[in-house]
Amino acid sequence: MSTRSLTDELEAVAEAAAQVATADAARLAVLRTELLGRKAGRLTAILKALATLDPEERRVIGARANQLRRQLEDAIAAREAGLQQTVGRAAAVDGSMPGRPRWRGAKHPVTAVVDEICDIFRLIGFTRVVGPEIESEQYNFTKLNIALDHPAADAQDTFYLGPGLLLRSHTSPMQARTMELFPPPIRIVVPGRAYRRDALDASHLPVFEQLEGLAVDEGLSFVDFKAAIDFFVKRFFTRDTLVRFRPSFFPFVEPGAEVDVQCQVCRGSGCATCKRTGFLEIMGAGMVHPAVFENCGLDAERYTGYAFGMGPERIAMLRHGVPDIRLLIQPDMRFLEQFIER
Amino acid sequence: MNISLSWLSAMLGRPLDAADVAHRLAMLGAPAESIEPLHQDLGDVMVGLVERVEKHPNADRLTLCSVNTGREVLDVVCGARNVQAGHQYPFAPVGAVLPGGVKLDARSIRGVASQGMLCSARELGLGTDHEGILELHTDAAPGTPLLQALPLADTRLRLDVGANRPDLLGHRGVARELGAVYGLPVKLPAVPGAAPEGLAPRRVERQGGAGGIDVAIEDTAGCPRYIAAVIRGVRVGPSPAWLEARLRAVGARPINNVVDATNYILYELNQPLHAFDLARLRGGTIVIRPARPGERITTLDGEVRELTADMTMICDAEGPQAVGGVMGGRDSEVSAGTTDLVLECAYFDPKRIRKTRKALRLITEASYRFERGTDMQAMSDVVRRAVSLIRTVAGGDEREAPVDVYPVPQRPRAVFLRPERVEHLLGMAVARDEIERHLAGVGFTSAPKNGRLHVQVPGWRPDVTREVDLIEEVARLKGYDAFPVELRPFRPSGVPDDPIELLGARLRRLLTGYGLHEARTLPLTSAGDDPTVVRILNPISQDHTALRSSLLPALVRGVEHNWSIRQRDVRLFEIGHVFQRPRGASQPEETLHLAAVLSGARDVPHWSNGFRPPDYDVWDVKAMFAEAARLGGPAGDVVTADDGWILRDPSGGERGRAGALSADRPAWAGPVYGFELELEARERPAVRYAALGVTPPVERDISLMLPEGVIAEQVEAVLQEAGTALLERAVAFDEYRGPGVDGRSVAWRLVFRAPDRTLKDHEVDEVVGRILARLKVALGVVRREA
Repeated sequence: MSTRSLTDELEAVAEAAAQVATADAARLAVLRTELLGRKAGRLTAILKALATLDPEERRVIGARANQLRRQLEDAIAAREAGLQQTVGRAAAVDGSMPGRPRWRGAKHPVTAVVDEICDIFRLIGFTRVVGPEIESEQYNFTKLNIALDHPAADAQDTFYLGPGLLLRSHTSPMQARTMELFPPPIRIVVPGRAYRRDALDASHLPVFEQLEGLAVDEGLSFVDFKAAIDFFVKRFFTRDTLVRFRPSFFPFVEPGAEVDVQCQVCRGSGCATCKRTGFLEIMGAGMVHPAVFENCGLDAERYTGYAFGMGPERIAMLRHGVPDIRLLIQPDMRFLEQFIER
Repeated sequence: MNISLSWLSAMLGRPLDAADVAHRLAMLGAPAESIEPLHQDLGDVMVGLVERVEKHPNADRLTLCSVNTGREVLDVVCGARNVQAGHQYPFAPVGAVLPGGVKLDARSIRGVASQGMLCSARELGLGTDHEGILELHTDAAPGTPLLQALPLADTRLRLDVGANRPDLLGHRGVARELGAVYGLPVKLPAVPGAAPEGLAPRRVERQGGAGGIDVAIEDTAGCPRYIAAVIRGVRVGPSPAWLEARLRAVGARPINNVVDATNYILYELNQPLHAFDLARLRGGTIVIRPARPGERITTLDGEVRELTADMTMICDAEGPQAVGGVMGGRDSEVSAGTTDLVLECAYFDPKRIRKTRKALRLITEASYRFERGTDMQAMSDVVRRAVSLIRTVAGGDEREAPVDVYPVPQRPRAVFLRPERVEHLLGMAVARDEIERHLAGVGFTSAPKNGRLHVQVPGWRPDVTREVDLIEEVARLKGYDAFPVELRPFRPSGVPDDPIELLGARLRRLLTGYGLHEARTLPLTSAGDDPTVVRILNPISQDHTALRSSLLPALVRGVEHNWSIRQRDVRLFEIGHVFQRPRGASQPEETLHLAAVLSGARDVPHWSNGFRPPDYDVWDVKAMFAEAARLGGPAGDVVTADDGWILRDPSGGERGRAGALSADRPAWAGPVYGFELELEARERPAVRYAALGVTPPVERDISLMLPEGVIAEQVEAVLQEAGTALLERAVAFDEYRGPGVDGRSVAWRLVFRAPDRTLKDHEVDEVVGRILARLKVALGVVRREA
């Protein structure tokens, strides 16, 4: 090889060496063999050919060739290290492709509401109990001071299974059952299903969830009642939600109350959801009627208490903007999947 | 209950703001469901003075009127014949929008341009008269808006009145509540051109006469008080505009002046009245008595009603003329020819009325009020106002005092109130004079007596019978807002949590963790002919005549629903009560169940698995069932059954079942698997820690040939027994059927460990040898030749 061609070849090798920095693993192997291969490597050939040159040329070209070899070896080593790092990233795999998800399930939104309500009341000493859906007239009506020959009974159009035997029209029978079984202090929340002869439509179900609450002890007052409900509302909704108590009539409480909360949609300025009142009715409540204590064998002079009942379906619909209550009883995966915890 | 705002204003003597009234009433316990301004659609109609009436040049039946609107005189073509010059009529100019939304255009009628329209009562939604234009008797100037000129402007509030407050079913009762909060006295509005007040009724004990009618009460339980007034010489005809307007404002239809007057009193004072045509009452007598067997009556609505002995009837000498407190009879109805009236003002027993209206399936304005309780003590004043009103609008004379058959005069109920009990129950002290002031504001009278308040309950408050009712009045009138929100110390509940609720929470965590979604299906179903289903005696729909006895059918329908929307992957569970009436049992039973269904892909479709992961199979459901049963089922074992698995309790009863389910499946859908399980909260002892092995385990895989009829469970029992304590666990990890194997081969991985030393190979070989020998003897199971 002439000096001239050796110099040219050295420049060509340097040019090829520049590719090392961007070569992938396969190309790197090819480049290594092509340039540094023991038998046919181009730089190896140049170094072998040095012996044929005169000393001055050997010194100059030899220095250049050896420098190039060191550079090339370093570049290949660096590239190899770099390639090893990028494995699992862009080079071998496109990390932007979707990861592998798992199926996730969800509690029904109504169950989620029930659990949340019960958990909030637990903070102020309430425990969680349940009762039977098949009830007697005694527990569903009589013990709760609801006389069947009074128009107040008409509010609850009831399914009957037999003489005196019915599907509970509210969860309130558990008030009586609990008072008969346990001495005060009683603080319970009672979720469960209730049945009424309502035709199925966008806002009514013949079977619906209800959540009952009862507190009985010595010295409980209307102030305690208001505070407990306010405690719940401010935690379930937001801390600044206004709560309004209005007189209302339920035979098993007195004073009776309807509890409204500030509309969560318009924050009280009035919208279609709250029928422009700025408030939404969320529960019926009040102080336990002394007749109920008497019917359950408790001393109505000694004990006082409060009770409340609310509809978790309605609350779930408000919370999630569900327009039709029938969506809650249709096991549609597209609907249920929306309530996966995120 | 519909309330007219202008009626209330008349009683309180000052204009009222509808929104404020609604708010105050809501805070008193009678919220308005709606607030409806009336006749807003008449805003474009004004008073028009017809100055001249000429014949239409091109039509015989039409006239051409010059109408003065106060600002201009317009030519108007009119088709009615009653229009006279110099009179005033409702006038709608071109551009006006009339009730029904019709906009009046300028148009030419038979060649003459008409610049508006003179309106009939019907066109304005003020009645049914379409014959002539509505003549206005008003002092208002031409151009005055009709709403100002007529007593039409009003707002209707639809109040939601509790079943305990009959007094709020009349305007006076509502005004009384408002008067208490506004600090205004309530007075009954003056009737225009009123005749003098009626004569004071004359009380008799059982029987007595009044101006030609003799009244006797035989059924004093059903009707403890009955007043009859006789008015002679009335002229039945239409009511004056103010009366019709009042009735329309509360949504009632005017009928004639006599009936309208009685209805006015009903809406004003909450006392239903009935007017009989005196001439139609045979024998000149009224007897209040129970119906006799077989008696019937044709009521005002034209229906023939069969009567029973528990109904209180108003009878003449020959038979029933009215169903007391519910509806009058057609025979003695006031008609155009009536001249002499008997006006009935009575009290009927609420429970009796309730039974009667239920038996007759007939709810009327009267029955609704009597059922809730009217004011027995106010009847004398009511009848005097009613007589005056009838004479005012229909003429006639009252020659003799009404007869008041009132065997046992009712005395106002007295209830004692302890002021300290007010504080005890309400949590805040209320001064005694404030208590008395609140009670007095709505008609209670009170006086101190032995440290308590002796409170007399007014007759219109049948709901107030005991101390707590008065405490509620104090809270209500003081305002619930006045009581602080103050969380005070409390004692925590002495009632333990129901363990079944904790169990439900655990199972929800398990199944949502598996990727299943919780469903809440309707527990109602159609009964079919299964004698053990629990039937509903009074269902509302043919599809919902019984209670479910299982959760799975509704979940399978849920799977089918998802298929119908092309949703292939379905994973659902439900926790809920199921119901059964076991054969021979007197009472239906309810049990809490858990059920789950699975269909479609086991994993989320992903590009790495070709977007088509394998479907769930029966082994998925077996594992979920076993896990759920362990967590929430009764004690028992999951054992193989013909078509899946059952949970068998120690007494052999089936408590749960899992396997493949049949469904109406499209070709592209996967199979459906599911399980259902009874739930039982059991004591679950805390987990006991097992020492972690520090010595190395030795693993051996053995392939076994299982003869026909031998199942893995049996093999595992032998493995456990023969493997001694050294066998830590044995897991089947492969099953093979096919070439080279006669029958079935199953491979187990056996893991051996000694807690105290490293096992030697020969020790393990010995145990495996024992196991194989035992398997051969016990089950005929041998090692598969390699």
